[in-house]
Amino acid sequence: MSWFISQANAQEPAIVPAEDGHAPTDAVGTTVAHEGGEHGGTFPPFDPSTFPSQLFWLAIVFIALYVLMAKKVIPQIAGILEARAAKIAADLVEAEKAKADTDASIASYEASLAAARNKANAIAHETRSKVAHEIDGRRHAAEAQLAAKLTDTEKHIADVKRIALEHVSTIATETTESVVEALVGKVSRDEAAAAVAAVSASKH
Amino acid sequence: MADVRTDPIHQFGIQKLVDINIDGYDVSFTNSSLFMVLVLAAIALLLLWGSSSRAVVPGRAQTVAELSYEFVANTLRTTAGESGMRFMPLVFSLFMFVLTANIFGMVPYFFTVTSHIIVTAALALLVIFTVTIYGFYKNGTHFLKLFVPSGVPAAIVPLVTLIEIISFLSRPLSLSVRLFANMLAGHITLKVFAGFVVTLTGLGAFGFLGALLPLIMVVALTALEFLVAFLQAYVFTILTCMYLNDALHPGH
Repeated sequence: MSWFISQANAQEPAIVPAEDGHAPTDAVGTTVAHEGGEHGGTFPPFDPSTFPSQLFWLAIVFIALYVLMAKKVIPQIAGILEARAAKIAADLVEAEKAKADTDASIASYEASLAAARNKANAIAHETRSKVAHEIDGRRHAAEAQLAAKLTDTEKHIADVKRIALEHVSTIATETTESVVEALVGKVSRDEAAAAVAAVSASKH
Repeated sequence: MADVRTDPIHQFGIQKLVDINIDGYDVSFTNSSLFMVLVLAAIALLLLWGSSSRAVVPGRAQTVAELSYEFVANTLRTTAGESGMRFMPLVFSLFMFVLTANIFGMVPYFFTVTSHIIVTAALALLVIFTVTIYGFYKNGTHFLKLFVPSGVPAAIVPLVTLIEIISFLSRPLSLSVRLFANMLAGHITLKVFAGFVVTLTGLGAFGFLGALLPLIMVVALTALEFLVAFLQAYVFTILTCMYLNDALHPGH
């Protein structure tokens, strides 16, 4: 502190005669003459005559400032900051909830999609087997019908063949009778038939 | 008498604006009082009006108000702990008052309230009395453990205690002189260099060229003084917080 006092005392005289505002060292001699005339003569920050006024007004201003800060400003700003923190926290919770909701809907959507796919598969399978069954039925019916027709036809062919074969021996008898009649004269139908039978028996 | 333009001390002079005398004490409303009131008005305007909209998304003024609040709150909380928050009004008032007074001092023709030792001493004593009274009120005689650090060998306890007591007593001195001296020296330096500019320009063409150097110096010093204005307010605040921490948790 003493440094400031000495600095102050050193500078004060320098200012007084400084028409050119020059070096603060060159006027020590003139100090005393001017000090009396100057207001107070001391360096203002160390002039005790101003202390009561400064302290008085500082007390008033600082108490007012303190009350203002404690009663109004700090609660107000702290309230703003708290409200903001609460809002951010609430928003985060809400966002979390929305995210959970979204996840749940996605899960239920996927579940119903899977169910639908299963159902579609089941329907397709059922339809396919039903159709296959029906086709099988029809095929069996058609096959049965065909088989029946085949049997009938075969039977018919056999009948025709049998009848034809029966006619063969008659024709052979008649032919034999005619041939023999033309060659040697009349033979009885029974003799011709016996001859034919003998020939066909020997052939077999 | 002295040339007001180049007198570096003139800016600290106190002029009475309204004569007031109470019980023999001269408590006139001076330019110093005027600027104290202006500082108060500026703080109130910024903080009250700035935060009056209570917006969730703050505007400019509200951002500044919130930043100031959170800056001081964080400083106090990290230095003195959560229980230190009861001193928030005091610390916040001190920070805002010192900072605003310092910044006001940077405006040309404005009076710097904190360049007077009586103001800084009053603020420092307020801090020290708060620390001492609250320290004894909360901790009783346990507060005296502040002067007897634990873990010190018995042989040197008297010496350490003496040093601690001297250090405690010198706190108000260092706290007030640091702020006062920084403001005073900074403003004197600025004015001296500015005075060189004025004087040299009066000396003709060479003087104009010569005035460039102190002019550059004044510009640089102005930037530095803005830094000092903030820094000293911060230093005052953080030291207050540390002293309050002693009152809250002595024996650390």
